[in-house]
Amino acid sequence: MLRIEARPEPSRTMQLATPFLAVALTVVSGAVLFALLGRDPVVSLHAFFVTPISSLYGLGELALKATPLILIGIGLAAGFRANVWNIGAEGQLVLGAICGGGVALWFWEVDAPWVFPLMVVAAVAGGMVWAAIPAFLKTRLEVNEILVSLMLTYVAVLLLSTLVYGPWKDPEGFNFPQSRMFGEAALMAPILDGTRLHAGILVALAVALAAWLWQARTLSGFALKVVGLAPAAARFAGFRRHRAVWSTLLLGGGLAGLAGLFEVAGPIGQLVPEVSPGYGFTGIIVAFLGRLHPFGVVLAGFLVALSYIGGEVAQIEAGLPQAVTGVFQGMLLFFLLATDFLIRYRLRRVPRRRAAEGG
Amino acid sequence: MEPIVATTVSVIAAATPLLLAANGELVAEKAGVLNLGVEGMMLVGAVSGFAVALTTGSASLGILAAALAGGVLALLFGLLTLGLMANQVATGLALTIFGVGVSSLVGAGYVGTPVARLPRLDLPGLSDLPVVGPLLFGHDALVYLSVAMVALTAWFLHRTRGGMILRACGENDEAAHALGYPVIAVRFGAVVFGGVTSGLAGAFLSLSYTPMWAEGMTAGRGWIALALVVFASWRPWRLLIGAYLFGGVTILQLHAQGLGLFAVPSQVLSMLPYLATILVLTLIATGSGRGRLDAPACLGKPFHPPA
Amino acid sequence: MTPAPSRLELRGITKRFPGVLANDRVDLDVRPGEIHALLGENGAGKSTLVKIVYGVLQPDEGEIFWEGARVEIRSPHRARRLGIGMVFQHFTLFEALSVGENIALGLEERLERGRLERRIREVSESYGLPLDPGRDVHTLSVGERQRIEILRCLLQSPRLLVMDEPTSVLTPQEVDRLFATLRRLAAEGCSILYISHKLEEVKALCERATILRGGKVVAVCDPRVESARSMAEIMVGTAIRETARPATRLKRAPRLVVDRLSLAPESPFGTPLREISFLLRRGEIFGIAGVAGNGQDELLAALSGERPVAEPGMIRIGEARVGRLGPAARRRLGICVIPEERNGHAAVPELSLAENALLSAHARLQLLRLGFVRRRAVAAFARRIVERFDVRTPGIEVTAGSLSGGNLQKFVVGREILQNPEILIAAQPTWGVDAGAAAAIRAALLELAERGTAVLVISQDLDELLGLTDRLAVIHAGRLSRSFETRQVEIGRIGMLMAGVEEPVPAEAG
Repeated sequence: MLRIEARPEPSRTMQLATPFLAVALTVVSGAVLFALLGRDPVVSLHAFFVTPISSLYGLGELALKATPLILIGIGLAAGFRANVWNIGAEGQLVLGAICGGGVALWFWEVDAPWVFPLMVVAAVAGGMVWAAIPAFLKTRLEVNEILVSLMLTYVAVLLLSTLVYGPWKDPEGFNFPQSRMFGEAALMAPILDGTRLHAGILVALAVALAAWLWQARTLSGFALKVVGLAPAAARFAGFRRHRAVWSTLLLGGGLAGLAGLFEVAGPIGQLVPEVSPGYGFTGIIVAFLGRLHPFGVVLAGFLVALSYIGGEVAQIEAGLPQAVTGVFQGMLLFFLLATDFLIRYRLRRVPRRRAAEGG
Repeated sequence: MEPIVATTVSVIAAATPLLLAANGELVAEKAGVLNLGVEGMMLVGAVSGFAVALTTGSASLGILAAALAGGVLALLFGLLTLGLMANQVATGLALTIFGVGVSSLVGAGYVGTPVARLPRLDLPGLSDLPVVGPLLFGHDALVYLSVAMVALTAWFLHRTRGGMILRACGENDEAAHALGYPVIAVRFGAVVFGGVTSGLAGAFLSLSYTPMWAEGMTAGRGWIALALVVFASWRPWRLLIGAYLFGGVTILQLHAQGLGLFAVPSQVLSMLPYLATILVLTLIATGSGRGRLDAPACLGKPFHPPA
Repeated sequence: MTPAPSRLELRGITKRFPGVLANDRVDLDVRPGEIHALLGENGAGKSTLVKIVYGVLQPDEGEIFWEGARVEIRSPHRARRLGIGMVFQHFTLFEALSVGENIALGLEERLERGRLERRIREVSESYGLPLDPGRDVHTLSVGERQRIEILRCLLQSPRLLVMDEPTSVLTPQEVDRLFATLRRLAAEGCSILYISHKLEEVKALCERATILRGGKVVAVCDPRVESARSMAEIMVGTAIRETARPATRLKRAPRLVVDRLSLAPESPFGTPLREISFLLRRGEIFGIAGVAGNGQDELLAALSGERPVAEPGMIRIGEARVGRLGPAARRRLGICVIPEERNGHAAVPELSLAENALLSAHARLQLLRLGFVRRRAVAAFARRIVERFDVRTPGIEVTAGSLSGGNLQKFVVGREILQNPEILIAAQPTWGVDAGAAAAIRAALLELAERGTAVLVISQDLDELLGLTDRLAVIHAGRLSRSFETRQVEIGRIGMLMAGVEEPVPAEAG
């Protein structure tokens, strides 16, 4: 008989091991899934996980997709540590795209070095404003930030669609719902020949480093952790919860806004109704898979990015539906949450107690 | 008269999936479990119901399949949160992400295919009555079920011993355990019930409301259902008010779009239900702070019985 | 004729938890109609043993006999069907449910609502335990809540009633009433297993006592003939040294002035503070007695700065009016605080001892540089606490949650004392810790006062306050009584104040 037993100390080994265990379980289940879909599991897995990164172009795409995931994951992870559940990063990303893209369209014909910095400021501010709404309602009225940030995502997507179907539609665009292409000054040039990779990845890595310094080395970073683990102890220590709510939501919103800008000023180059394949939601997975640690988020960002381009490649090469990506991502998070159990508990084999008679 | 009756009938239809899903979530939350995966369970319910109804030609089998699919996902959620003590918020989000993925994978082949709408349960004579007929006697089975479910839930929670035990588990899990009640089993039951009704809510969408499958067709209704539970302060009858109110907002904005009322783009009108949700949550929170008190005391808290 | 079998007999009961042997081959027998004490320090294994009797836990080894027959008590349902009732130390009540529902949940018999309410009224009247079945539990006092627990048991005419530390939350007068009820039950033939660590109570009530130490039975005796001191020595295992009554220090200058402090409760279940006034002088220990839930938590929050109050002048440190300052600012002015709850309030169980050292010390000690944490300084401070306060731990990197209650409490107390506070406020500083740790903590508080710190102890343990303080006052329903010199105080008077029979007269300060 197996018995569940609480560990006296959470296991640090397991803390590092379970993300890998979860990935392994996902790959195995993926093979089963492919077999069920009537495909050769080995060929499909190869197309999904190996082909995409077998070329320089592929590696560039990987880093390109990892950029928004890392930016968003870092912001969300900071919030989750403090028990602040911002799940509206998708909306904040869209707002960043709208504000940053708006600046690009406004100064469409201006070719000046200040255009892009202004776009960055606008995008970050846009994401922050969108995140400030749940922060305000949470700190003032205890309104659930999960529902508010999520509802605002739908609103943001509709707002973008209002704009690209309406006032911001490209006058020379044959009535397609999309804006003009941005001007030269508003676009991010590739940093690696033969790829579409732009400087966003460097920004993401720098943000990760800064986030780590903040969270692991400063008192206000420590305060976040205490607020999340034990609200009463945080009050006792003089760490204010409202500050944690505001700082993490603004950080998450700002980084998501930046991620949105990097998408529209980078690979997309204009505003379209769909600027993100759900990066804001996938960022949640990235945050958890990265153990809510900035460096972990970087690794997780690359891994999850692989599931995006893997899905695209597998669609082209193996004819698999692209929805497989979503299933993979969901499974990954499930397995991670399930195996996390091993951090706090262990299974022990115990001899079955001789069942006594009577009673 | 005619247009008012027609509008009311469509409000009822718009409210039905919200009512079904919110009612199930209410029961789960009363037992102390917060399942944020309603949206995912609805989507999987919608696609399974649609696929089975289409392939077998039987709407009843479709509904059954939807209920089953929702229940299975809820079971998965229960295994993780109740069995393995995973964080309920994170697991609920995972369930939604997973549900979105699975439903679009399964539904990829069905996009654009129509299916027969659920039959209306016409009562000879009664359904032909003017006004009252279409209002009360012209709906399909799931509409009646949604209302019956609310009544049943209210009766169960407050008039039966089982309901009392369920509330006790949500109120103080350790005390319920000390008195010998199987907290984990009760919560499992409540969560699975929530999954089944979310599945049914999905089936209503894909078999009755718009008889077809489209990716992400729930459009946030699962989340609105979660907000409705807060709005109703965890009281079943108040769900009815909330769901019909939201149904009303939805239909209002659809009509406004159709008639080209207010010189605003249709997308702006489509924002209304989401903005209304935020507004309602805010108003509830301002209302003297009572709201939080009604929440079950152990909501979202993991429980591990000592060996 | 053979003698009647024991009502309950345990033979060789053993129960292990990870890293702990909670019960080690425990034997116990309770005779019909007997009031039997189960004595032991906190952590001796009493609660584990009674949970086994009530079917909440299953023993790893050993046998249970009920009225001579071998039984297995797999669940509380089974226990109740056998005729065992239990009143838990931490009540098993449901705040949002009514009294009637709470009782129904503890019954095996299924009664329809009307009949149940009639039976509740009957039984509650016949035992003098008035209760309204329609009321919601969160509106009741602690004493009334305990009545629900007792009524739950009485309604099923138990043959064994287990009471786990029932008096820790009651006033002296409520204790007397409870004892009268228990004696009457015993006279009617019901056995009572009475768990306590309060020796005077056991002497007053029980006919026999089984004493546990470290999970083992160390003695079975007759408490009516044993002296409290001898039982205490068996219980603790070492000879007890009485705490010397401290010399008075009543003429010193006030350090902390609390002046008509009022504060609305945060939740509707809380207690409002009403015009509380007192002075705390350099070098004295001032005690605040009172039954749980009479505003102690609110007072601690108001004094620590966790809840700022309306008027800055309501709380003054020397000349500084600090009522609106937060905890960190108040610490800088010299107030350190030891909250009652270790886990999640005074310390974060999931974090390391080093991180827990930083938790409250960041404001007073030089642990930061430009907002960055000086990790070496934090580690050194944590190590100093561990050494000076004899905290048993493999290191400062283990989580606070892995320490035993007593060790963690020593760490928390040490953390605050080593910040050299001018004012120390401690709530229930020895609650739930073993005798050795409790003695060490009391000694540390006395020494701190000796060095000139003003110490305030808020406690429900009247004995502790009588042994430790120079002056004391009583809090009831959010009001504080005038203060008494501990050496001259009359226990009956304190009891009346705790019960709210005597209206507290606000005094002092200004």
